[in-house]
Amino acid sequence: MSILIDKNTRLIVQGITGRDGAFHTQQMVAYGTQVVAGVTPGKGGEKVHGVPVYDSVAEAVAATRANASVIYVPAPFAADAIHEATDAGLSLIVCITEGLPVRDTLAAYHKVLAKRGDDALGKPRLVGPNCPGLITPGQAKVGILPGHIVTPGPVGVVSKSGTLTYEVVKQLTDRGLGQTTCIGIGGDPVIGTDFIDALTLFEADPKTEAIVLMGEIGGNAEEQAAHFIKRHVKKPVVAFVAGQTAPPGKRMGHAGAIISGGTGTAAEKMAAFEAAGVPVARIPSEIPGLIADALQRRRARRRSAAPAKAKATPRAKSTPRTKAKRGPTPKAKARASASRREVARPSARKITKPAAKVRRSK
Amino acid sequence: MNLHEYQGKELFARFGIPVLPGQVAATPEEARSIAASIGGLVVIKAQVQAGGRGKAGGVKLAHTPDEAFEKARDILALTIKGLPVRKVLVAQAADIAKEYYLSIVMDREKKAPLIMFSAEGGVDIEEVAHTAPEKIIKQHIPLEGLRPYLARSVVAKAFPDAKQTQQATQILLALYRAFTEGDCSLAEINPLAVTPDGRVLALDAKVVLDDNAEFRHRDWDHWRDPAEETSGERLAREKGLSYVKLDGDIGCVVNGAGLAMATMDLIKHHGGDPANFLDIGGSSNPEKVTAALRIITGDGNVRAILFNIFGGITRCDDVANGIVTALRESPFSVPLVIRLTGTNEVKAREILAANGLSATTSMDEAVQMVIARAQEVTA
Repeated sequence: MSILIDKNTRLIVQGITGRDGAFHTQQMVAYGTQVVAGVTPGKGGEKVHGVPVYDSVAEAVAATRANASVIYVPAPFAADAIHEATDAGLSLIVCITEGLPVRDTLAAYHKVLAKRGDDALGKPRLVGPNCPGLITPGQAKVGILPGHIVTPGPVGVVSKSGTLTYEVVKQLTDRGLGQTTCIGIGGDPVIGTDFIDALTLFEADPKTEAIVLMGEIGGNAEEQAAHFIKRHVKKPVVAFVAGQTAPPGKRMGHAGAIISGGTGTAAEKMAAFEAAGVPVARIPSEIPGLIADALQRRRARRRSAAPAKAKATPRAKSTPRTKAKRGPTPKAKARASASRREVARPSARKITKPAAKVRRSK
Repeated sequence: MNLHEYQGKELFARFGIPVLPGQVAATPEEARSIAASIGGLVVIKAQVQAGGRGKAGGVKLAHTPDEAFEKARDILALTIKGLPVRKVLVAQAADIAKEYYLSIVMDREKKAPLIMFSAEGGVDIEEVAHTAPEKIIKQHIPLEGLRPYLARSVVAKAFPDAKQTQQATQILLALYRAFTEGDCSLAEINPLAVTPDGRVLALDAKVVLDDNAEFRHRDWDHWRDPAEETSGERLAREKGLSYVKLDGDIGCVVNGAGLAMATMDLIKHHGGDPANFLDIGGSSNPEKVTAALRIITGDGNVRAILFNIFGGITRCDDVANGIVTALRESPFSVPLVIRLTGTNEVKAREILAANGLSATTSMDEAVQMVIARAQEVTA
């Protein structure tokens, strides 16, 4: 299993004829992702690495029954691309583009939210902007995460960063710790999918056994995540916070990575995780070891709990573990059950073949 | 980009927020002639982006143009919180009956702009937030925009009469327009002052612009103050690099902001001191690499340089070519430690080897090596 993307994801590339769009289309196709269409206004009818190009997302969806989109459109036009993808009815919209004005992101975010309606974790979902995207090892890659550093396994990875994620994922892979899905949520002040959303999805994913969370200075998303983990996440989480040496008041590359008014420091965030019982790696290379320990403990616990559980005796219910870990609240349960419906894998099964024919006949 | 007070007031005035007439001066002579043209009592205010200007002696009243000259001369000689005062604002002085605080800031968590208003103006709002949070009125602005009734409801109870309430409401509506149309991430008036004759005025302006929106604000360029930038910062901006100078002695060139921060942290963790944050970004342009090296070698404190590259979109061979070109153009004396891994790593190693350089693959190892090199140089 995985979160948000898998081998049934049918992807559109917005901005496919651009330098980055074309390059990464090739990479995504090579990885085995079903890239069913590209969109660049005015370039409909062309092909990029074998992928047919359409003038609009609506046309591309009509022709290919795509269910997800990745955006490489330049910053001044990227928010419009999110609006277009939302209106075309896509379930997952991943915006790689960096440098969107917050005002533009905000309008696009609320558009996605309005379309989603009451279902807190339903569709559509926006990931990013200013993010590396997602990869489900061995199944699909949406964005720019390098395919060769990942391998299938039990670890969910969520991060605000790009290359730091590669660094840590490679270290996990080298250590034999594969991943369910790696998701880069982006370093902008306003993003479509936050730590809590990703944690909820990983918690509900049966194959994810442990979670790596990589945050950075600025804002309070890490503190919120720590609070959420304490109350709603049973799977072990290991955290890292970049920017322990960052000076206040300076934007550290990412638009959101700034300590302002004395808040948003790495120290505060690390303390919040520790207070929530989440082990914090001081340096990236500590992460694989902490994850390996957490996995070992979880598996040992499960092994010892399994026979008792099978009997379902009152004694089993009063083991220290069940006492210590509170069950999810009704709200968390709702989020978790909503998230199970969320993988961008709609009725693709029955339409895969016809859609492919439509594409060829075009 | 953070604006100076006089720039922020320029923005405010454009949207109809009442500010008192004033102009910026870089010399005492200019201050004198501005004071003469304004006439009467003027206030001279240091234009540095730091709080507590008044306490530091950076705000003074002047009754005559000659006094304005003297006060401006004194203030221009000051350094406030490490920032040398290069300009002063000479503005008409106002009598103040009462001071308020008014701001709009982007609330990342709620994903909406947030109005903050307080009858406790003129002081550090963070202190008020800490000691008496009940004295700050907070109101998120809905998606469809700020309606006049909502603006009125925020300020209504704080003013003694309808006339002042009306002025404050208009100011808040204008501030919202300035915030959105001006692409601000913060627009703050502190104090929002009431004069004894009942006029409501913005006596100060603190504005932070969303740098990402610069493409649709051609006019922002004239607010950029070249004197405020070091040559390294200017070069970084022109070449599209993110650069922040720090006080240490180990220069670092990294691709990606998160990895760049983690590299600095790791240097500190192993007992070193980073000289900078520098993200060459995702592209693989050798020119960016040479610019990065020029910026870092321009920092006199640097004793060793670390390259930490995890190739994804960034191609390691491009980085290697950039390093080799930079070394050819202007050989530098400080030791260089290179860590490369990822896209085209093998090719990069060949390029480096052909030029007598080598690279490691482990980040931890590279950081320890560069710290050792820096210590050798110091010893």
